[in-house]
Amino acid sequence: MKEKIIVKNLYKSFSKLEVLKGINLAVKEGEVVCIIGPSGSGKSTLLRCLNGLETVTDGEIIVDDYIITDKRININKARENIGMVFQSFNLFAHLSVKKNIMLAPVDLKKMTKKEAEQKALELLKRVGLEDKADSYPHELSGGQKQRAAIARSLAMQPDIMLFDEPTSALDPEMIGEVLQVMKQLAADGMTMVVVTHEMGFARDVADRVIFMSDGMIVEEAPPSELFTNPKEARTKEFLSCIL
Amino acid sequence: MNFARTISEATPLLLQGLQVTVLISVISIAIGTLIGFFTCLLGLSKNIILKAIAGIYIWIIRGTPMLVQAFIVYFGFPQLIQISIDPDFTLSAFSAGMITLSLNAGAYLAEIFRGGISAVDIGQTEAARSLGLSSSRTMLKVVLPQAIKIAIPSMVNQFIITIKDTSILSVISLADIMNRARVYVGSTYQFFSTYTLVALYYLVIISVLMVISKYVEKKLKYEGKDNS
Repeated sequence: MKEKIIVKNLYKSFSKLEVLKGINLAVKEGEVVCIIGPSGSGKSTLLRCLNGLETVTDGEIIVDDYIITDKRININKARENIGMVFQSFNLFAHLSVKKNIMLAPVDLKKMTKKEAEQKALELLKRVGLEDKADSYPHELSGGQKQRAAIARSLAMQPDIMLFDEPTSALDPEMIGEVLQVMKQLAADGMTMVVVTHEMGFARDVADRVIFMSDGMIVEEAPPSELFTNPKEARTKEFLSCIL
Repeated sequence: MNFARTISEATPLLLQGLQVTVLISVISIAIGTLIGFFTCLLGLSKNIILKAIAGIYIWIIRGTPMLVQAFIVYFGFPQLIQISIDPDFTLSAFSAGMITLSLNAGAYLAEIFRGGISAVDIGQTEAARSLGLSSSRTMLKVVLPQAIKIAIPSMVNQFIITIKDTSILSVISLADIMNRARVYVGSTYQFFSTYTLVALYYLVIISVLMVISKYVEKKLKYEGKDNS
């Protein structure tokens, strides 16, 4: 299958602090990759580099044939095809849920207002929020906010979805509803890169799990292998702490 | 001290002045808001020269008294033009007052807008950018609507200050309500009743503005408060 994401020798520093130290990674079409690792290991930074929210220090990133690391490309065009879901939801506070979903497709002239509204309602149904179309973000629970945020990303009909710790800010009883939506998305064949602390989700849904530590990829393997039979000492140590 | 006499005698004169006060306030607030908005955008730009222009303008206005600014605009500036370009150049007190007030309000409003924009969570921008919106569309559709809402109470505060500052311009012979009151007092010596009456007029205008702003704030609050 075609490779949707290619990362070559990626380095990223914040002033003097080196956060990513030579990452190489490839994600195939339809693949679900979960990135796990201790906090400060660079997982979120790597994910944010993939759609250009962080500029890289060195190396190359190609997503869907767009060279993200090349300053001459139209990054906005590339991002239309890469959905992103944030830990803190980041729903537009001044817009209703429906308008949150409609904003980008209408503003970028991908759909007419009417088409976008139809799409919004369809997506809200898919994430189980059809009755919240006219609610404002502050009226929703955390789990509802995150599902609405996923619907908002899907409205642009992206090929790739990036999830940056999507359940870390949620109360435990709301994690399940968000993971359920993500599972469905994976089952529908979406290419997904998920930074997560939900080992259960990684085990059930991921095609491949990547363990990162200290700005490097320590180990990557299918979940059955990585969770039951980790090869690296650092991976074993991490897993013994959380499992 | 005769209130009834002052009210009946001075009212026509004061109402004339009130018109000037209201007119110059409205125009200056409108122009000042525009100046403030564009100065704020200049200040946020990545271009060092544009940033510097905004910074220097705000620095000068905030660092000097408005009375001095008014004197420079009304007396100093026409003299400079007369010497260098056009010997017949004059500037009316109204124009000079308007320029001074607008420049003054603009500098403070620029800071207020900047504060509003930086109070909008960075996650809002990141979400919009990750959907493919350009930075200018993100500013227009996502950041500004929220920033303005945050800035409204401070904006209203600045509008009130601008209205009250018009009284300073009476000294450059702007025929505002304060100037008219001084003319009336000059011939009648009714200090207490006249100036108390003037204070009441100011109180009324500003109260009207405050009622309107409370209404707008309430209306905006109804649609989505807090963040995310």
